[in-house]
Amino acid sequence: MRKEGKGSCVSLAAQRVSRVLRITIHHYSALTWPMTILLKNAHIIDPATGRDVTSSVLIIDGRIESVGKTAPAKADRELDLTGKLLVPGLMDMHVHLREPGFEHKETIETGVRAAAYGGFTAVACMPNTNPAIDDESVARYVQEKSKQVFGGIVDVFPIAAATKGRNGAELSPMAELVEAGAVGFSDDGSPIMNANIMRRAFEYSSMFGVPVIQHAEDSTLTRGGSMNEGLQSTRLGMPGIPPVAEELMIGRDVMLLRYVPGAKYHVAHVSTRGSLDLVRSARKEKLNVTCEVTPHHFSLTDEAVAGFDTNTKMNPPLRTVDDVQAMKEGLKDGTIDVIATDHAPHTVDEKEVEFIRAPFGIVGLETAVGLCVTELLEQEFLSWPELIEKLSTNPRRILNLPAVRIAEGEKANLTFIDPDIEWIVRPEQFHSKSRNTPFGGRRLKGKAFGVFNNGKLFVSE
Amino acid sequence: MKLQSRHLLGLEGMSREELTLILDTAVSFKEVLERPIKKVPPLQGKTIVNLFFESSTRTRISFELAERRLSADVVSFAATGSSVSKGETLKDTARNIEAMKIDMVVIRHASPGAAHFLSRVVKANVINAGDGAHEHPTQGLLDMFTLREKFGRLEGIRVCIVGDILHSRVARSNIHGLRTMGAEVSVCGPATLIPRGIERLGVKVYHHLEDVIPHIDVLNVLRIQLERQESGFFPSLREYHRYFGVTKERVSQAGHPITIMHPGPINRDVELSADLADGEHSVILEQVTNGVAVRMAVLYLLGSN
Repeated sequence: MRKEGKGSCVSLAAQRVSRVLRITIHHYSALTWPMTILLKNAHIIDPATGRDVTSSVLIIDGRIESVGKTAPAKADRELDLTGKLLVPGLMDMHVHLREPGFEHKETIETGVRAAAYGGFTAVACMPNTNPAIDDESVARYVQEKSKQVFGGIVDVFPIAAATKGRNGAELSPMAELVEAGAVGFSDDGSPIMNANIMRRAFEYSSMFGVPVIQHAEDSTLTRGGSMNEGLQSTRLGMPGIPPVAEELMIGRDVMLLRYVPGAKYHVAHVSTRGSLDLVRSARKEKLNVTCEVTPHHFSLTDEAVAGFDTNTKMNPPLRTVDDVQAMKEGLKDGTIDVIATDHAPHTVDEKEVEFIRAPFGIVGLETAVGLCVTELLEQEFLSWPELIEKLSTNPRRILNLPAVRIAEGEKANLTFIDPDIEWIVRPEQFHSKSRNTPFGGRRLKGKAFGVFNNGKLFVSE
Repeated sequence: MKLQSRHLLGLEGMSREELTLILDTAVSFKEVLERPIKKVPPLQGKTIVNLFFESSTRTRISFELAERRLSADVVSFAATGSSVSKGETLKDTARNIEAMKIDMVVIRHASPGAAHFLSRVVKANVINAGDGAHEHPTQGLLDMFTLREKFGRLEGIRVCIVGDILHSRVARSNIHGLRTMGAEVSVCGPATLIPRGIERLGVKVYHHLEDVIPHIDVLNVLRIQLERQESGFFPSLREYHRYFGVTKERVSQAGHPITIMHPGPINRDVELSADLADGEHSVILEQVTNGVAVRMAVLYLLGSN
């Protein structure tokens, strides 16, 4: 049985009690509030400071007191991180926490828990809730709730709807939403189809320097589609989602951006070689374009759909071997700034239906690090510092959040990774409320095993 | 020799030996169908349910006949008027059927992969009677049986499938089965109804009947559905008939007889002219007769496995 900090607004007294009791009550995995903590012999990788050394870090009251200095005689808590990595806290800028409205799939609490277990100290959550995050009250609710769950160790930043009700017709109250903490605008799940609305979204959001995040899909080309259109959809007799639907939308948006150059444009979950070519050439023009890829789009191809497993159904769909190769090249050459999971929980009953009726999406928070290590590090597409940039530095930069640095005087925001551990994905052990993953049973290398953020320490196992 | 799988979900991936086993077994059952008493006992005591979530007359009757002639107990079920129309999921329907101790399930469903799905949730043998645009393996087998009977072999015969390939499970099962048996397969239809990448399944693609007719022995003509016009795949049935309708005049350009097949039901004088459908080179009714024999063979081989 797991005994974890119950989070919520823990009083100082309760924190002290918890500190005293931590050894007994936090038996297996622990969320604790130590005043001083010493992380010994950690391999520190911090792209922001260029650090790549084995050293010790002392944290006092949630701040980094010293890096590499002689340790004090006694800390409340010591962790020997020999052979382990200590990196700036990871951030997943594309998750669906489902609350409010779809709490049977995921809640802010279970989503945050899955994030912490996956090694993330921050997530940005998409607005396709019910009600949608298109109003400051919902934006504030999501943030308030996140502070009350799992010790508030994971920061939750709302991405607000670009249009009211995500219906693509009228701009959301962007100024109010930014003031209420929104870090980006997106109708994710649906594209902003109307070119005029997209233009206005670019113009209006440019006043705040906040990105418009496009779910790039021309829905007139994808209606009814269930998987990538190509040889595999032909074999399976499945209605297809053509790659050109994604590319067409990115192409249009880049042209609009050229017309409204003050805006920031971020392409969510790119999945085709053609999309990356468009981003690459827009970058050459110095347009403000960034993009992300999901771990499944660099790990799996549409051949995985052959058994009609609905956990291979997501939007954008799994693409071809050539596209997967392009994703890896795009990560390597820097065209892809960010790795984000598009964590999209659905219940077993929702997914255990005929393929064309199943909802799109898979969970991703708890497999992301393992897939990155296995597919990108082991295959030498990325080095550790490059990976950490895409999982920590760049998402924060794109969303205008302060950089996380492992340096004296900085707020401690850290992820612990075991780079060598080999493990098998067991969906039944996920901390997310949902189990919808195509990676069940897969052997992966590398796993996060703890985080430190907001003065809280969480270590699994 | 046995079939590798407990289920018949599709012809893709089946070996030449397995296909031959089914076709050879069907020869014996066709002979049974010629007898005055057409019933044999191999599936006595077995219960088979026919789950038809999509309307079908000929396939359902063909399966029912095959099942009864093998002495199985048969329950048939059509989607309308059942609990499916009350919103019960396929999984629950399947579980309920399972609870009734059914031995074999024949399923027809509009969703590709429905038979695969069912084979994962029930213990019974599952036979795919058509799943969306994916496969219709017994139709593929009966087409192969009919051609083998007509030509004495399948190796080297040249078959062109004409029409709406994109939405056709018959086309896919025919392509996989015939290619495995060594036949040459091509497809012909409007560019909007030819699915992407189909040439990588080993078939040639044509958009003009006159280009392909001189080079083939068989035309397998698919039914064209009016709703495809409504969703913009082609402008009108009139234009479709004019450019892709199989007519006596077109077929005569071959200079040699061309065998005419159709999985039914025919839109007479739309995709196929009435004189060809009823003509001397048509094997359309033999396909129907052979359907029962082939389905008996499949049921027998799976049921006694």
